Amino acid sequence: MTQRHDIRFLLNGREVTVPDVGASQTLLDFLRLDRRMTGTKEGCAEGDCGACTVLVGRLGPEGLSYAPVNACIRFLASVDGCHVVTIEHLSGPDGRLHPVQQAMVDHHGSQCGFCTPGFVMSLYALWMAVPEPTETQVETALQGNLCRCTGYAPIIRAAVAVSRYGSPAADHLNTERARVTAQLTALRDGVRVVTGPADDLAILPADVDDLASALLEYPDATLIAGATDVGLWVTKFLRPIGPAIFLGHLDALKAVQVDGDALHIGAGASYSECQDAIADHFPHLAPYWDRIAGWQVRNMGTVGGNIANGSPIGDTPPVLIALGAEITLRRGDVRRVLPLETFFIDYGKQDRAAGEFVESIRVPLPAEGQIDAAYKISKRRDEDISSVAAGISVTRDGDTIADVRIAFGGMAATPKRAAQAEAALRGAVWSEGAFEQAAQALAQDFAPLSDWRASADYRMLAAQNLLRRFFLEQDDATTAPVQLATA
Amino acid sequence: MKDELSIRGAVHTDRIHDSAIKHVTGSADYTDDIPQPQGTLHAYLGVSKVAHATLNAIDLSAVRTAPGVVGVLTAADVPGCNDISPTGQNDEPVFPTDKIEFHGQPLFAVIADTRDAARRAAELAQVDCTVLPHALDVGAAQEAGYPHVTAPLKLERGTVEDGFAAAANRLQGRITIGGQDHMYLEGQIAFAIPGEDDDVVVHCSTQHPSEAQHMVAHVLGVPSNAVTVNVRRMGGGFGGKESQMNLFCVVAAMAAKKWNRAVKIRPDRDQDMTATGKRHDFVVDYDVGFDNDGRIQAVESSFAARCGYSSDLSGPVTDRALFHADNAYFYPHVRLTSRPMKTNTVSNTAFRGFGGPQGVVAAERMIEEIAYATGRDPLDVRKVNFYGDAGRDLTPYHQQVQDNIIGRLVDELEEAAAYRQRRAEIVEFNAGSKILKKGIALTPVKFGISFTATHYNQAGALVHVYSDGSIALNHGGTEMGQGLNTKVAQVVADAFQVDFDRIKITRTTTEKVPNTSATAASSGSDLNGMAALNAVEQIKGRLVAFAADKWGVAPEDVRFLPNLVQIGTDTLSFDSFIKQAYMARVQLSAAGFYKTPDIHWDRASGKGRPFYYYAYGASCSEVMIDTLTGEYRVTRTDILHDVGRSLNPVLDKGQVEGAFIQGMGWLTTEELWWDDKGALRTHAPSTYKIPLASDRPRIFNVNLADWSENRELTIKRSKAVGEPPFMLGISVFEALSMAVASVADYTVCPRLDAPATPERVLMAVARLRAGA
Ligand SMILES: Cc1cc2nc3c(=O)[nH]c(=O)nc-3n(CC(O)C(O)[C@H](O)COP(=O)(O)OP(=O)(O)OC[C@H]3O[C@@H](n4cnc5c(N)ncnc54)[C@H](O)[C@@H]3O)c2cc1C
Ligand code: FES
Ligand code: FES
Repeated sequence: MTQRHDIRFLLNGREVTVPDVGASQTLLDFLRLDRRMTGTKEGCAEGDCGACTVLVGRLGPEGLSYAPVNACIRFLASVDGCHVVTIEHLSGPDGRLHPVQQAMVDHHGSQCGFCTPGFVMSLYALWMAVPEPTETQVETALQGNLCRCTGYAPIIRAAVAVSRYGSPAADHLNTERARVTAQLTALRDGVRVVTGPADDLAILPADVDDLASALLEYPDATLIAGATDVGLWVTKFLRPIGPAIFLGHLDALKAVQVDGDALHIGAGASYSECQDAIADHFPHLAPYWDRIAGWQVRNMGTVGGNIANGSPIGDTPPVLIALGAEITLRRGDVRRVLPLETFFIDYGKQDRAAGEFVESIRVPLPAEGQIDAAYKISKRRDEDISSVAAGISVTRDGDTIADVRIAFGGMAATPKRAAQAEAALRGAVWSEGAFEQAAQALAQDFAPLSDWRASADYRMLAAQNLLRRFFLEQDDATTAPVQLATA
Repeated sequence: MKDELSIRGAVHTDRIHDSAIKHVTGSADYTDDIPQPQGTLHAYLGVSKVAHATLNAIDLSAVRTAPGVVGVLTAADVPGCNDISPTGQNDEPVFPTDKIEFHGQPLFAVIADTRDAARRAAELAQVDCTVLPHALDVGAAQEAGYPHVTAPLKLERGTVEDGFAAAANRLQGRITIGGQDHMYLEGQIAFAIPGEDDDVVVHCSTQHPSEAQHMVAHVLGVPSNAVTVNVRRMGGGFGGKESQMNLFCVVAAMAAKKWNRAVKIRPDRDQDMTATGKRHDFVVDYDVGFDNDGRIQAVESSFAARCGYSSDLSGPVTDRALFHADNAYFYPHVRLTSRPMKTNTVSNTAFRGFGGPQGVVAAERMIEEIAYATGRDPLDVRKVNFYGDAGRDLTPYHQQVQDNIIGRLVDELEEAAAYRQRRAEIVEFNAGSKILKKGIALTPVKFGISFTATHYNQAGALVHVYSDGSIALNHGGTEMGQGLNTKVAQVVADAFQVDFDRIKITRTTTEKVPNTSATAASSGSDLNGMAALNAVEQIKGRLVAFAADKWGVAPEDVRFLPNLVQIGTDTLSFDSFIKQAYMARVQLSAAGFYKTPDIHWDRASGKGRPFYYYAYGASCSEVMIDTLTGEYRVTRTDILHDVGRSLNPVLDKGQVEGAFIQGMGWLTTEELWWDDKGALRTHAPSTYKIPLASDRPRIFNVNLADWSENRELTIKRSKAVGEPPFMLGISVFEALSMAVASVADYTVCPRLDAPATPERVLMAVARLRAGA
């Protein structure tokens, strides 16, 4: 099989070919150190501040689309075949400021200016997607951008005003869409890419079957989907990751579709890529989804990775377990399906064999009478890791609770069902008392830890209260709101 | 179109930040963006993994032989003095020789071809040490008999014992106030380039170039004139780059001289946050006597601060906490003491407000306590306690409050925010809402302006007018986003009556203005604006004398009009006038100087006038909490803030908005958490949560008190703005408290500790419900 040994992509207006790209080389270091394009800043190197925000344009089945991402944890190899747009590309050839830039200047959106290029890039992406955003849409778009100086008010005023300065239709990313599409199409040679030094080898399989075979060839390879975990292994923990097999570029793994009575999410689909389908079929997850990380991370991170990393504090496992999700694991041509909850064996230990990868996630569509809720509690509302996350799914048969599935994150060494609490509810009459019993039973289900996110006592009390909240929220007798408004 | 009648960028007008266009295009250069000479090396710090130990030996052999490593620096390599204590206490080694005093303490530096290589190698050291018990917080330190890191301060006026005896009511309490990481977006960084002889140039991101210069000289053992420190701009400072940059500057400079190569050092965010100091956390014990109207009779408080292992700036920081322990309130009898405790944590440092905010939080807590104890609206308790006329105008440090405008400010805000009506509505809402509860609070701020170390209150500037009429401005202040350069340039433009664009703002460098003070204590434009004005006045004096002489008119008949000079009946363009002055050999350059008048402070007696004037402000915030989870939102904030006659209202408003959010973050989600080994576990934005756009109040009305004018002769009658509005965030903290108090029908002060995380809010709700 033919192979390629370099990475090719468009960087602003030019095509670049970079030979010998190690798996752990980041896009940010490439920009700042190799290219001396210093407009993109490093504020944290962990995906949390947004100072490094760039746009990555990718040619998918539905055409070319741009999304803001964190260059600090984005591996260079993963932009193969993409269009990378940095702050240097914004002002026109005549040196005139871009509408987003002019709006930021006029509204005094910068003080020290260090966060500013990142904000400009996020707002640029927002303006192209939603030319006239509401304040809430701006806030959601800026969940991944920190500013320590301005207090955000002037930035939001600028964001809301951008369209007065120009229309996205006239923007060069739109006017040059056809040319860029042609260029990116030409870069797609459909071969496996193998590049980088032996101890830091990066492999981009040609397709999903090639991924399966590459994993058999390198059973100990690090799989990289969105790199929103793996990126930090490199930038924060200096962990070697080679050989690494990338899968974020495989269209076939990004499919999100309803098939029969379930939604199937390809393991390579980013949070953003499955957002609409999630909101359509599981409306209770729409606001929850918006609270997973920030926009840039949602554009990279995958549900597959969120499951595969086995973290006890990942946000999707508890809500997916409550919904009765299953995952498909594949090794070579052999596939097996297992209930998501059984995938998590213990802290740091999952039911995944060497050479195996998560191929897809199947989430059954809600049945008649099923009531679902998803709750996330964190110290800071947005872009924070949960102290407690919960998925609750109750099926009512008249006044009786016919079935119930409750799963929590942040309460144990793995995402875990609350067996005792479920038992207290199963078959019980829908009542405050039944939920009170369930809340008490949680103390037998879990013995949470204390750490910097929350104490054990808080985790337990809040988790119990989430069951109480669920009852109040769903009970007909409740009239006043029992949860803070989302916007 | 240009308005011929006025200049662009005059004082008291809105003007964009001078670097705004560079910010938005990514072309503003920060230290890490400066092109590196060939052969530039990179340094990285190796740090301690224990909190307290006797240091026996460090085996660096694996570090030295790691790929790309050029060498290492330890205490033994320090050519001069192994100390970077900014207050000369000799308690802060560059690298320790015999003891480790906190987890994350820098022990050595490794120098390598790339930053990545240096970073990896730094992990390979073998540290041989004998671990000792550690004390992380003030409680543990006091129990273990740890010393103060610097002499405590006592402020006393009246006789507290008499005050308590006469008071109808008395209560005691304690509040724990957490620290705060600066979380400037640009981390610490220094980049040293060696020169001939002893010379070295250090580009860095410091708020205090002169101190960095002196530290480098001190550590290298060379005179200060060999060292140049340059700062074009910082990506945020907030006090965290006042003394904390010294370490990075000296390491880069030592390495640059040793290997005769350019050397850059930039810690990653984790190291930045673990190895550099933060806002001091405090435990305040208060005892307050008051009458049945809530009027305070006597206050006795002790302020114990977690200072960390060395003094750094803890002396002046804890002093300033006491200076603000009255906030805007008159205490008839008062005794305040500071306890700057040594702990086995990083040495805490300056942070916007410099201890003042902790003092103010403690004052507001007493007000709150009194309000709950007397069943009165906290705002009414505030009002009866405000400083007033003679007899009620002396601070605990015996300075008379002469410029008090807090009454008017608070009244106006109360009205504009419809405080009374909303409070009543909230009480009603809470009565009918089982889970969600609201709270509202209106809190004032009075903040003293001047460095309490009197000698810091001086500044220099250098102004050149070139023969083509263009102007170069340099001053000792540093730009960290606050718009200082813009404001000082406005002062210069105004004084010459030329367009702002004509003035070139240049980097701050110790080569041009010597012996400067830190850009801190909100003093930047007060001091540097005056120094620049002084320089301009000197040049203008010479120009006027020249014109009067040449044209044969009286000096009063030489007038600087917008971009023109009128001499008698003649009118010239500024450029041609300058050209003529040059031809006539008029000196077109001047060094300006300023020192703040009328201030003095005697620490031993606790008496004086440490502050030139006060800045005031007030804010009113409304919140909603979820009593099932402790989560909350700030739904509305109204602010009225005093900046005197603003030099640039839009920049000042930006400071107020930003400071409020930063203050709110400090008291809500920004939590520092150490594990039992003494390691700080909230050391990056992933774990340390500063406010996001979605945390700001939905409704956010910020206004400047446009009627205010500084009664002192400050630059254009303006007031400092950097720090005072930080304390406006306290209104959020107290509004949360009210929402919590609603679950016990406002009869119990919830005694929330700061930061009021969702966890603290929920646990307080649970405590109040349980009737504890
Ligand atoms: C700033 C920031 C904020 C975050 N906030 C949140 C949050 O709010 N909630 C939350 O839950 N998470 C959060 N995360 C973590 C997060 O985004 C993820 O856990 C993410 O879902 C991982 O997906 P990924 O595609 O990026 O995985 P990667 O980093 O690429 O991989 C993660 C792990 O999964 C493995 N893996 C990936 N795909 C497969 C596959 N198909 N088969 C087998 N193994 C695979 C990898 O080998 C690796 O071990 C945050 C991360 C960052 C950087
Ligand atoms: S540098 Fe902070 S998100 Fe990338
Ligand atoms: S302007 Fe300084 S961090 Fe945003």
